[in-house]
Amino acid sequence: MSTFPIIRRSDRVVVIGMTGGQGTFWTERMREVGTQIVAGVNPKRAGETHLGLPVFASVNAVMRSMQADVAVMFVPPAGVRDAALDVIESGVGGLVMLTEHVPAHDMLDVFSASDARGCCIVGPNTAGLVTPGEAFVGIMPGHNNKVFSPGRVGVISRSGSLGTLICLNLTRGGFGQSSFIGIGGDPMIGTTSLDALKALDRDDRTDAVVLVGEIGGTMEEEAADYARTMHKPVVAFIAGRAAPPGRKMGHAGAIVAGSGGSYLSKRTALEAASVTVVDTPNQIVGALAALSPALATMSA
Amino acid sequence: MNLMEYDAKRLVLAPANIMLLDSALCHTLADVTAAAERIGPCVVKAQVPTGKRGKAGGIRLAATPAEARNAAEHILGMSIAGHRVETVMIEAQAKITHEYYAAVLHAPRERCSLVLFSTEGGMDIEEIAESRPEMLRKHWVRTVDQFDELDANAMLAGLALGTAQSDIARILVALYRRYRETDAELIEINPLVQLADGTIAALDCKFVLDDSAAYRQAALAAAAAPDPSTTLERKASDVGLKFIELDGPVGILANGAGLTMTTMDVVSVLGGKPANFLEIGGDAYTKAEPALELLLSKPEIRALVVNFCGAFARTDVMARGVIEAWQRLGPNLPVFFSVHGTGADDAVALVRDAFGVEPFDLMEDAVRAAIEAAQ
Repeated sequence: MSTFPIIRRSDRVVVIGMTGGQGTFWTERMREVGTQIVAGVNPKRAGETHLGLPVFASVNAVMRSMQADVAVMFVPPAGVRDAALDVIESGVGGLVMLTEHVPAHDMLDVFSASDARGCCIVGPNTAGLVTPGEAFVGIMPGHNNKVFSPGRVGVISRSGSLGTLICLNLTRGGFGQSSFIGIGGDPMIGTTSLDALKALDRDDRTDAVVLVGEIGGTMEEEAADYARTMHKPVVAFIAGRAAPPGRKMGHAGAIVAGSGGSYLSKRTALEAASVTVVDTPNQIVGALAALSPALATMSA
Repeated sequence: MNLMEYDAKRLVLAPANIMLLDSALCHTLADVTAAAERIGPCVVKAQVPTGKRGKAGGIRLAATPAEARNAAEHILGMSIAGHRVETVMIEAQAKITHEYYAAVLHAPRERCSLVLFSTEGGMDIEEIAESRPEMLRKHWVRTVDQFDELDANAMLAGLALGTAQSDIARILVALYRRYRETDAELIEINPLVQLADGTIAALDCKFVLDDSAAYRQAALAAAAAPDPSTTLERKASDVGLKFIELDGPVGILANGAGLTMTTMDVVSVLGGKPANFLEIGGDAYTKAEPALELLLSKPEIRALVVNFCGAFARTDVMARGVIEAWQRLGPNLPVFFSVHGTGADDAVALVRDAFGVEPFDLMEDAVRAAIEAAQ
């Protein structure tokens, strides 16, 4: 059974846009750690072989000749809608959307179709998914063992760069990671903090969760409601406390408008749910050590 | 990107045949007098892409051309929420029997669209939701493009709209269609009114264009008002960088929105004040050089934190950009590095060679050092 959005080595992955520069570079990195890439997609190069893998015109065409579980796309914004609809129609169960600046109305088309067909979407504007020592999809340094190490802490992050820093801190502090779930920095995304939290709560390889949030939206507040019911400890860091109101802070989703989405609202909701909220990223290790000392069994 | 009322009505509502009152856009007092002579008793409205114009004194009634001119004299040049009023709209006065509220917008949480309607128009939607929630109707369009007059009528049932209901239902359907056609984040008509003769008209319109769709909405994007921004912020935007100026002395250069925000937060938590938000993440990671140049032209900055953590972005490429700009511009500014992630071994070596310093292991320590140096 698929554990998506927790990525596994057993997941058979299709890379859309594999033949491009970024697609090639990251396909090589993903395979380095053992990710099972089965095919690439590029309508203009169907029938060719790239990196020793078959290239198809569409994910639908892939699925007519083999099985796949997850698709990841290296596609510019204007092409994302059609590529995503192809994935959803093909019956592939998981889709990782890395592209930033996808028009929101294109995503309305995509979500409407994915709801109807039951495809699980991560992103858009995510850096991807990593299960250290096992597999990764996306543009995270999943191949870098200074950053990621196997262990029992699940990490959820809206941001790739900050998520990377936090996993690196965890690794150096002796806390390996069960899985990293990058959910993406857009306001409207497929897998929310809450969805990711539920997935890690179900995961029997995860003993504690680090939730990396940001100002904007109400995802952290919704995750807090669920965290209250969990037995696994949750430590959170919310970025954006020093951000001026009304300005988009790089991520389209990170904007405080009116009274919604503020740092204080998120922190209050999480603390009320017994989540430990820390002030700086480096305090996460200390907070985890205090909550579950037995977790730090990794040899760095 | 926000449109001003006049453009939102002209470009978004008029093509959907939503009734508007006679109006003119005026840049000068002479324009105002001429428009008021043609239109008659009118409303003089400041054209700025923000709400709360009435409360700021930016909307005035005028019975005669002389009154209109007098009102415009007050309004032109005003500043409303940071926007200078450059134009006014002269719009015919009308006898109103009812004020309603109508809007279509994204519903990020439900990952679909939301149509809103209330019989309580004229005030903020937040106020309506608070004071008369029973008069606010919400319809989530979960299957994209499946919103027709049946849905609209079902949504309006029980609001005692009388003969106006079918017209309002048609307007809601038209509004949803325009929302889809124009890549809108939000179209809001507040108030939507019933005139004395029974027709339904839009008295105001707020329109927000999705920034990511600007490339395929050229006419709307061209009409959109720029966000209030400083000269440096506009300069950054011209080279494809997101830069927000703040008022502290600790400059920040980092990659990725999350890490950059976090660097600002840590400056603030440790008792300092950030000078800016400036990120070079994603595809912008090759732009360290122009980014640093922007920061160095901000004289308030007394110390700089360079905080890189490479995922997609390669820290060696970013470090090289910083070093090149530094060597070319030769600034006299203390700088503190923390560098990790993709390409970090090379990046650390580059920083060591160029600056003769070892990057800080923890970003917290780099920030602490910068705060001290900025004092």
